[in-house]
Amino acid sequence: MSEIVTETSNNGIQNFEPIVRYQKVSKSFGDTEVIKELDLDVAPAEKIGIIGPSGSGKTTLIRMLMTLEKPTSGTIEVDGELLWHKRVNGNLVPADEKHLRKVRSKVGMIFQQFNLFPHMTMLRNVTEAPIHVLGLSREEAEERAITMLEKVGLKDKLDQYPRQLSGGQQQRVAIARALVMNPKIMLFDEVTSALDPELVEEVLAVIKEIALEGNMTMLLVTHEMQFAREIADRIVFINGGTIIEQGPPEEIFENPKHERTQNFLRRFNKKN
Amino acid sequence: MPFLLKGVVVTIELTVMAAILAFIMAFIAGFARLSKFAIVRGITQIYVEIFRGTSLLVQLFWVYFVLPFFGIELSAMMTGVLVLGLNYGAYASEVIRSSILAIPKGQTEAGIALNMSPSLIMKRIILPQAMLIMLPPLGNYLIELIKSTALVSLITLHDLMFCGTMINNVTMRTIEVYSLVLIIYFLLAYPLTLAIRRLEKRLSAGRL
Repeated sequence: MSEIVTETSNNGIQNFEPIVRYQKVSKSFGDTEVIKELDLDVAPAEKIGIIGPSGSGKTTLIRMLMTLEKPTSGTIEVDGELLWHKRVNGNLVPADEKHLRKVRSKVGMIFQQFNLFPHMTMLRNVTEAPIHVLGLSREEAEERAITMLEKVGLKDKLDQYPRQLSGGQQQRVAIARALVMNPKIMLFDEVTSALDPELVEEVLAVIKEIALEGNMTMLLVTHEMQFAREIADRIVFINGGTIIEQGPPEEIFENPKHERTQNFLRRFNKKN
Repeated sequence: MPFLLKGVVVTIELTVMAAILAFIMAFIAGFARLSKFAIVRGITQIYVEIFRGTSLLVQLFWVYFVLPFFGIELSAMMTGVLVLGLNYGAYASEVIRSSILAIPKGQTEAGIALNMSPSLIMKRIILPQAMLIMLPPLGNYLIELIKSTALVSLITLHDLMFCGTMINNVTMRTIEVYSLVLIIYFLLAYPLTLAIRRLEKRLSAGRL
């Protein structure tokens, strides 16, 4: 199955100190190996669009970075620190909860299903973690939250509950909730896949705005090819748990070298 | 009638204390069943199965009449609280466990993504939502508990049922006495039903 040799990252961005580094990362669920010895370096502030067929492992890839899935083998580094391991006397040992929480604080994630807290108003959804995780005062947390909710265009919905909002609005609140924690790296897991088509635009516009601000590292798993092309510095095509091809968007979309990439994009264009 | 009221007080006392014990046991056992340690789950499972698998009345008799042979003598009230509490705790632990499991995994994941600690996620994200699910079945158990307390009259505790029977034995006005006892049990249980319904409404504010 794995006759493909993964190309190492010769994609224009070179000589950087990676903010995220996957090294020989594998992940199996039972007997199924979804990620196979994958290597990937991400530069600070880089925007990476991760594309590939469903079941290719692209969501698992970012879920491991959010510590939602534990790699079966290999290491992941975030900002120079091992994520799932600790170095004790030169040996790698599994990280404890304390270490995980420390490294994890640099990462945030937006989910396909929004995952807002249904028992909290929009404002409380956004202030919950700043108050109870960062230890901010309620006033300070609310001030920050309102700034963020304003940024996503939802300042007038503070006292509403998730059920009272459209999917697009919910997802924008979820973005504000993640932003307020000020992560260096933001992960987007097919964030528009659960939305009605007419609501996709408003969410993409918000993400684009964040991307244009520049300093946040972003990994976007997406099926929105046009969008990925617009905002990504690099496209990574994954199939069967390995990176088949990667490079600048123009190159991948217009001139894909690998047969599997060509097939995937052809099928994709046909569908749309 | 004053005699009957004394019985009502005993029934209420017994219910409140047994309910508190049941509630504590239910939470402990409910969480223990979700433990990552197999031995904790195993012990809890044994507790739940023993109390679920045997008759409440036999449990009462056993604790009250058999335990003294092993040197453990408990008052009728203690026996009632202990047996009812452990019994309903065993049943209710299933409710606690299943309502926690019913909260979508995405909620926990959102908490992790916001770097919340496991206990914070449980306390502020999972439990408030699980409460809403567990409330109706827990309310049911509470009402059943009130009615089950009548069984303790058989181990000589002077509760409502016991007093009713005593009065009946003296007056022989069977129809009036037992009808009155019936009504009093209803009057004890029904306000609880209403209270639980109101609590449910309050907890679900904005969510439906």
